[in-house]
Amino acid sequence: MITLNHYLAVGGLLFCIGLFGALAKRNAIAVLMGIELMLNAVNINLVAFNHFLAPDQVTGQIFAIFVIVVAAAEVAVGLALVLNIYRRRLDSNIDDLDWLKW
Amino acid sequence: MINHAWLIPVFPALAFPIIIFLTRRVRPLSALVGIAAIGASFVMAVGVLREVLLNGVTMAHPVEYASTWLGIPGLLKIEAGVLIDPLAAVMLLVVTLVALLVEIYSVGYMHGDPGFSTFFGYLSLFSASMLGLVLANNYFMIFFFWELVGLCSYLLIGFYYHKQSAARAGLKAFVTNRVADFGFMLGFFFLFAIFGTFNFRELAAAIPSYQNTGFLALAAALVFIGPIGKSAQFPLHVWLPDAMEGPTPVSALIHAATMVAAGVYLLARAFVLFASLPGIMLLVAYVGGFTALFAATIAITQRDIKRILAYSTISQLGYMVMAMGIGSMTAGMFHLMTHAFFKALLFLGAGSVIHALEEQDIFRMGGLYKDMKVTVSTFVIAALALAGVPPLAGFWSKDEILAGAFDHGFTGLYIIGTLVAFLTAFYMFRLIFVAFFGDRRAGLHAHESPLTMTVPLVILAVLSVVSGFVGAPFVSHGFSSFVYYGEPHHIEPNYGVMLLSTIVALAGIGLAWLLYGRPSDVPARLAERYRSIYKLLVNKYYIDEVYLWLFHRVGLGLAEAFNWHDRHVVDGVFDGVGDVTRLSGHKLRLLQTGNLQTYALVIFTAVVIIALWMAAPVLGGVIQ
Repeated sequence: MITLNHYLAVGGLLFCIGLFGALAKRNAIAVLMGIELMLNAVNINLVAFNHFLAPDQVTGQIFAIFVIVVAAAEVAVGLALVLNIYRRRLDSNIDDLDWLKW
Repeated sequence: MINHAWLIPVFPALAFPIIIFLTRRVRPLSALVGIAAIGASFVMAVGVLREVLLNGVTMAHPVEYASTWLGIPGLLKIEAGVLIDPLAAVMLLVVTLVALLVEIYSVGYMHGDPGFSTFFGYLSLFSASMLGLVLANNYFMIFFFWELVGLCSYLLIGFYYHKQSAARAGLKAFVTNRVADFGFMLGFFFLFAIFGTFNFRELAAAIPSYQNTGFLALAAALVFIGPIGKSAQFPLHVWLPDAMEGPTPVSALIHAATMVAAGVYLLARAFVLFASLPGIMLLVAYVGGFTALFAATIAITQRDIKRILAYSTISQLGYMVMAMGIGSMTAGMFHLMTHAFFKALLFLGAGSVIHALEEQDIFRMGGLYKDMKVTVSTFVIAALALAGVPPLAGFWSKDEILAGAFDHGFTGLYIIGTLVAFLTAFYMFRLIFVAFFGDRRAGLHAHESPLTMTVPLVILAVLSVVSGFVGAPFVSHGFSSFVYYGEPHHIEPNYGVMLLSTIVALAGIGLAWLLYGRPSDVPARLAERYRSIYKLLVNKYYIDEVYLWLFHRVGLGLAEAFNWHDRHVVDGVFDGVGDVTRLSGHKLRLLQTGNLQTYALVIFTAVVIIALWMAAPVLGGVIQ
């Protein structure tokens, strides 16, 4: 029997992998992918909660769809930024992007 | 005429802007405007005096009218008003007359001076200030004009402002007076705090019944500081000798009518305040007596003709203040009046000599009587009056002070006064014998001054002779039943005092004749023999040096300390705040790496910590 806790464990694992990717990867594309993983981990949680706690409603599913839409938009913007940075510097190594510094 | 008395200061006050702004380029017109204005004031003053005499205006029943100048209902009322009693009427006459004569004289004296018009403007303002002061009916107004007088003295003493010494003398006069004025100001603020009014008559009604004399004495002592400065009493007399840097007519005006008289006049105006406090009266009397003796001893060693006269003025002012202190306001004012005439004459005479010779050292003059008959003869008359030789004006007024001191039991002051009379006669005739008689010194070409200068001399000489008779003891209803404090009284002639002071005056003249009548080496030998005393006197008791030392050591030392405190403590605190902020910013900015992932890590860690923090109670429940 697969319970809510199993789903939450998968979501948590996925979130941690995504977080690690977002924080530790040097490649900007990989960072974007990490963020994508984190968002999808959240989606799993939302859908799981909806299924187990309020099966007669679809709030969680709709929320998940919204997140997918926002994630798509975010990736579009993020990829555009990465592309631009790559064109200017011929590199997408995120360690060199320290322009926020003083 | 009394109802229009407020116009008296207005005429010269208007003359000032007219001269400065309109007629400055046309010199004769400037002089004309100035003289016409003060002449109109003089005519008014005569009219006022006449009405005061005819209409029975007395000290007890003066004429007063006022309008509110500044008022906060229930809190403060400052009037602009006029108070006319015999005291004010006499002062008005003296001031306008002397000022008029001085202005006429200045036409000749200042002839050809580039500042001719400005000079008349300042003179007009000076006279206006003094006249306003005389008419004032409350302390605030008198203080206002008191300050104006101080300002004008600064302008006129420093009239030759391109001369360093003149500019400094003007500054010295102003600063010294400011010190005194501050005391005066505090004094009458105290009075206001006690009685809630500035008005002289309201104060006169309230003061005698006031019980807390300690506080009142403090107020009176502070008010007295004003006359100490303005009337050049010890220890604030230092400005007056230096005031000789101004043109000589200014000296005449300052010494006779418009400046130093203000202090004595204030004492007379505020007499009810002093009369109720015997301790303060004693202080006033002894300050006056000491100043009289102190200045007279300095005068016997000075060589500059104007300086001798300056110290003589300080000494005579000491007499007047002493007269106030022993309770004889009549004698003080009487001496103020006669002194105004003969001292103005002495200064104008000295000016005439200086004008002719361009020389102020009496030992470089000599034999002037051959060339300057009018100047010398009028000067001698004034000197006789000053020395107190009967029947000239100075004799009667000085005698009244001495008789007053004698009658009121101030034997010490009487002896001092008599000694000063002797010294006065001596130094005046030392001046006369050295400068005017004897042989002509080589290289001096004296000539008599023009008519505009000699006519005022003659008029003043006549006044120096006759003005004493108004207060002579044998005249009934004289000065003493006109200007008085309390009840009108008649001074009984005190023949003993009269005789002694006459003898003393003649002895002083005789000694001067013996020492300086012919060329001799006696004075030089005396100076050599009592060298230390002589040096002390020549250097004016080193008062200036003491002040300089005080200023340099104490004043500048304090300033140095404050400077250090300001630079290191005050600036240190504020600079420190700035420095700490800047330095910490400098170090803290290194935390900003600019690496997005570091930021994200920090944010995430913070979110986790906050989430744990918020969830702590719930988690605790789970754990349990």
